[in-house]
Amino acid sequence: MNSLFTPLSWSDSGLILTGIWNTIIISVVAIVVGTVLGLIVGFLRAESNKAVNVLFGSVLDVLRSVPLIIQLILFSTFVGAMGNPLAPFVAGSIVLSLYTMAFMSEVFRSGFESVSPSMQIAARSLGMTKWQTIYHIRLPIGLRAVFPSWLGVSLSVIKDSALVSVIGYMELLRTSEQLISRTQQPLEILIGVGIFYFIISYPLSHYGRYVERKMAI
Amino acid sequence: MDYEFHWNIVFQNMPELLNGAFVTLHVSVLAMFLGVVIAILLAIAKMNNSKPFCYVATVWVEVARNTPALFQIYMAYFGLGAFGIHLSPYVAVLSALVFINAGYLTETFRGGFQSIPATQYSASKSLGMTSIQAYRYIILPQMLRRIYHPMTNQFVWSILMSSLGILVGMSELSGTTQRLQSLSFRTLEFFIVAAVMYFVITKLVLFTSSLLARRLFKGEI
Repeated sequence: MNSLFTPLSWSDSGLILTGIWNTIIISVVAIVVGTVLGLIVGFLRAESNKAVNVLFGSVLDVLRSVPLIIQLILFSTFVGAMGNPLAPFVAGSIVLSLYTMAFMSEVFRSGFESVSPSMQIAARSLGMTKWQTIYHIRLPIGLRAVFPSWLGVSLSVIKDSALVSVIGYMELLRTSEQLISRTQQPLEILIGVGIFYFIISYPLSHYGRYVERKMAI
Repeated sequence: MDYEFHWNIVFQNMPELLNGAFVTLHVSVLAMFLGVVIAILLAIAKMNNSKPFCYVATVWVEVARNTPALFQIYMAYFGLGAFGIHLSPYVAVLSALVFINAGYLTETFRGGFQSIPATQYSASKSLGMTSIQAYRYIILPQMLRRIYHPMTNQFVWSILMSSLGILVGMSELSGTTQRLQSLSFRTLEFFIVAAVMYFVITKLVLFTSSLLARRLFKGEI
């Protein structure tokens, strides 16, 4: 009589793998786009004068002070209301990338500012052009200093990608939620999902802390 | 642009939205308070060498730090059902936030405590202070100064993450917004107002915290 619910079976693995794949792909897109944009914005903020900085800062501040879930709903409703609705993947990638950018730009800005001005003056006095100074001195030194923070932000993006489910993107948690409502076996499914996130996040976060310790000495 | 904004309906429902905002603050404050209490215990357990406690604390911290907040909330809301425990949305979100806050704050507290050299404790003992005095006047004030900002950030993070209550039907700010917009179909207006309210709450918290810091630490932070 219990035919409404069917237990978990091997035929569900396709659905779960799709969910895993979707989670990975949207995280990678957000991290790559967010890193590139964050690098540009972070560099501009480290370079620019106070007025530009405050302007940039307040825009980024909004992205960091409004919950991601509200941003996702607002953006996808907004483009829908404007008459050209986007696919959940596209809308989710855009919002998640901008959200990532807001955090990454802060990370990179502190990295660029950690390179002491005297080092740049030294590079210029050795005959390097401005771009050579940026490319050979500021980028490598500044980026190396913030690698652990970059890794931390990237890991939190992987975890935050779960929220894109709210606009209908079939990432891992949403597929598992659908499986739960069909199979009524929440514990098994959720523990599996948790293990997936854990085995991605745990080694990387330890590696980040290891690098941080090594650099501190 | 052929979308017409209708703000009237939003303002008519303002009391309910404010009520939702109050629940958001309420759940975050409670989650922070319980999180701090548990985190202190976990930090002590991690720094002691008693194996079972240290083991529990480590597992707690690593699970909290390495899985998504939404996963924790689902675990509390759907997962515990397997044990016959059915939590209300409020309790489910609260327990997930407490779990995560405790996990993150444990590391904050441990780092803050270990950043104070042990020699300071010996020095205060040699000046004739009792253990309690040494902690009260020397160790804890310095520690508080170092963990103050991470704690503020964690609190702001709790406020923002309590918005996940929308997915389990909790009636905090996001959940209330979701319910009201489904009654009126003014999705954009309602969520714009909710976003503004979250922004204002976050800024108010940060502002209050910096005022408090100035009073507590007299500018040296």
